[in-house]
Amino acid sequence: MSTVTETPAPSTHTEDKHVLKPERSNLGLMRPDHNKSVLIDWLTTVDHKKIGIMYGAIALFFLLVGGVEALIIRTQLAFPENDLISAQRYNQLFTMHGTTMIFLAIMPLNAAFFNFLVPLQIGARDVAFPRINSFSLWAFVAGALVINFGWVLQAVEVMGLFSASGPTAGMNDFVPSMGWFGYAPITGIEFTGAGTDFWIMGLQILGVASLSAAMNFVVTIINMRAPGMKMMRLPVFTWMTLVVSLLIVFAFPAITIALAQLMFDRTFGTSFFVTAGGGQPILWQHLFWIFGHPEVYILVLPAMGIVSEVLPTFSKKPLFGYAIVVFSGAVIGFLGFAVWSHHMFTTGLGKVATAAFSLLTMAIAVPTGVKIFNWVGTLWGGRVRFAPPMIFALGFVWMFMMGGFSGIMHASAPADAQQQDSYFVIAHFHYVAIGGIFLAVVSGIYFWLPKIVGKMWKGKLSIWVAIFSTVGLNITFFPMHFLGLLGMPRRTHTYLEGFGWETYNLVCTIGSYILAFGIFLLVVDIIRCVRSGEPAGNDPWDARTLEWETTSPPQVYNFGRTPVIAARDALWEHKHGPENRRITYEEDDGHGIHMPSQSWMPMIASLGFVPLGLGLSLMQAGIPYMGYVAIFGLFMIALGVALWAIEGPGGYHLHPEEEK
Amino acid sequence: MSDSATHHEDGHKSLIIDNKKLLMWLFLGSDCMFFGTLISTHLIYRKLNPEEFDPTSMFSLELTSFSTFILLMSSFLMALAVSAMHKGQIKSFRRNTVGVIFFGLIFLACQVYEFTEFAHLGLTLESGTFGSTFYLMTGTHGVHVAIGVFWLICMLFYSYTGKMDAHESAVDVEVAGLYWHFVDIVWIIIFTVVYLIEFIGKV
Repeated sequence: MSTVTETPAPSTHTEDKHVLKPERSNLGLMRPDHNKSVLIDWLTTVDHKKIGIMYGAIALFFLLVGGVEALIIRTQLAFPENDLISAQRYNQLFTMHGTTMIFLAIMPLNAAFFNFLVPLQIGARDVAFPRINSFSLWAFVAGALVINFGWVLQAVEVMGLFSASGPTAGMNDFVPSMGWFGYAPITGIEFTGAGTDFWIMGLQILGVASLSAAMNFVVTIINMRAPGMKMMRLPVFTWMTLVVSLLIVFAFPAITIALAQLMFDRTFGTSFFVTAGGGQPILWQHLFWIFGHPEVYILVLPAMGIVSEVLPTFSKKPLFGYAIVVFSGAVIGFLGFAVWSHHMFTTGLGKVATAAFSLLTMAIAVPTGVKIFNWVGTLWGGRVRFAPPMIFALGFVWMFMMGGFSGIMHASAPADAQQQDSYFVIAHFHYVAIGGIFLAVVSGIYFWLPKIVGKMWKGKLSIWVAIFSTVGLNITFFPMHFLGLLGMPRRTHTYLEGFGWETYNLVCTIGSYILAFGIFLLVVDIIRCVRSGEPAGNDPWDARTLEWETTSPPQVYNFGRTPVIAARDALWEHKHGPENRRITYEEDDGHGIHMPSQSWMPMIASLGFVPLGLGLSLMQAGIPYMGYVAIFGLFMIALGVALWAIEGPGGYHLHPEEEK
Repeated sequence: MSDSATHHEDGHKSLIIDNKKLLMWLFLGSDCMFFGTLISTHLIYRKLNPEEFDPTSMFSLELTSFSTFILLMSSFLMALAVSAMHKGQIKSFRRNTVGVIFFGLIFLACQVYEFTEFAHLGLTLESGTFGSTFYLMTGTHGVHVAIGVFWLICMLFYSYTGKMDAHESAVDVEVAGLYWHFVDIVWIIIFTVVYLIEFIGKV
């Protein structure tokens, strides 16, 4: 701890870190700690709140990108035999729509909430490993860049700027176009081009980001809780973060290895998924869904956590059956590993396997149903306030249930054989993804943005966001149930007249524009709130959990003195409970608040993934010198990690003025 | 390697397990799934394509048993190094760490020799599913050993800077030890289900 500053006399108030002088790290370089440049401050930050805000902003951007891709898809399908885009472009769009929404929009939106809220909810000053947290953020950015880089090359190709005889001659396929699940053998070298390589490398990098973030959050939640914050006093959102993080830790390795095997197939001529060499393409499906089904719960459990926070707050009642809600979440996560083959009923698994997976899939409906009943029980007899977060949370319960019902239909293998690869499946998982996850995330945004930016929402625009998005999503996706039952297959860029699909498709397309308008209004509302909202105060919603105890936006050190927790729903008990359940605070020991030092190294290490990923992908596509780019990327990662280790953790002390 | 913000000032006094150690346990849990996927891919293809390749003609039980024994002994030395660091005996720590590094390098040399030998005998990445799964699995394990060796070399150098102390650094060494033992255990499993099992009824 040689770099920690000498403790100044406790009487000097150094609440503003810019007052402090920068120190030298063990490398002899100046740490970027107290830099006055806003840009450097954000790039090198290790503050979980800033990292959360960056996750959220980037994720919202990709949500819009994925949304535009969806709108183009829907416009193409509005009329039979439409020729707005080619079949190839359509394949690229639905692949990137799925990949973007899952890995670049919903997962990082969840990560944004994890980052911002979990340390505040458990009464910690930061996550357990602040620099690894920064590494996770920038690795996510690197993965997003690699996976989307194909669009740049595709644009160059469309403009006809590639020479006809160079190494790119004859290549016109730079964007992934094989579906977000990348089934073998279409990912093989003879069927798809550089797009698949960008997809492999991009997902691999996103996996590194997710794994490092997930391990960080497990350690944070287990080790960094404030005194008295026992596991069964944790807010449900934090519990769901813990479950999701463990799911990531154990589910992502399967896709990592599957992607490595696929990369070896494409680059080194192995035969993992190549039938000519004895390989079995179905192995990919197994490995992908062993990851892919837990991934579904990785996406939806945080949404359930958000709703479990919002409903009690606006019903003025504790969550009905806290313990069983937590337990159900854990059971859903656990069972999530045992149901992957329900994505593969039509591949011919055999009767016993099909029956077992069918049964297990139906079993998941039990803990999910328990949660729904507990939410309804929370509302029952409560004093319900229809504030904006509540409207979306109620919408979540209803819409998510709709998606759940069609999910149970798929669990039955004979029914699934009819629905497989039809629009019925699309209807199901969009009810879960938009009706469930998206509405819950919007509820979370309406709930916590006043805490994040310290400003309150203006006016009643939120009700129009709710109306347009809920009505839009129902008009878009409800007719898809019928389209699916009428036999319309997924992933076809157009269809013929006369199957009875025309009206439904047109209605779906109109609905998608209504939904898009709702999301546009949401963006407008967020901008209005951030720009010109009134100050929110610490606790604008009369909420229940610890994050509302601190200022809005929270100070860089979160809590001036460490809170000591005496009950579940700590803040609610503090405000309305008996004397012995109030929050108390640890004595000030005069050392001040220890803050972690900022650092460039995590960003340098993780952005090394960009040249590594692009270099390997383009080398595979036959572009010269790209191997050197990849080696440069590897060198950059190694250098970043080495300097990171050598520079030392550092740290400094702040001395906030005592208010209480 | 230390990235922890938990210092005594933070008021979290009831840690059951140190942050870094818990992180390593999580990583090892994740790593179990990595190797589980690789090993099960190998076993599935071994069962599906039994006639493709007869590894008993190629495997040298003597050599692999030797390298397995060496890796086991390196784990023993690693345990001694961790224990020495906990007692603050930095010289004993260095002696044992040098031993671990040396044994790790012997293991890697055996693997390199084995790979070249097998490639000469016709087992390559392109030669079918056995070559694919075998090289990817044992190669991933070899990379783990190489990273461990590199890590321990860094620690050895660090011990000469005089910044090691019995409290903070003992945890760092213990974390490296956890990793090393895990890599060793994975090799025991690979040695059993990939090498030994092939000789059932054949020796």
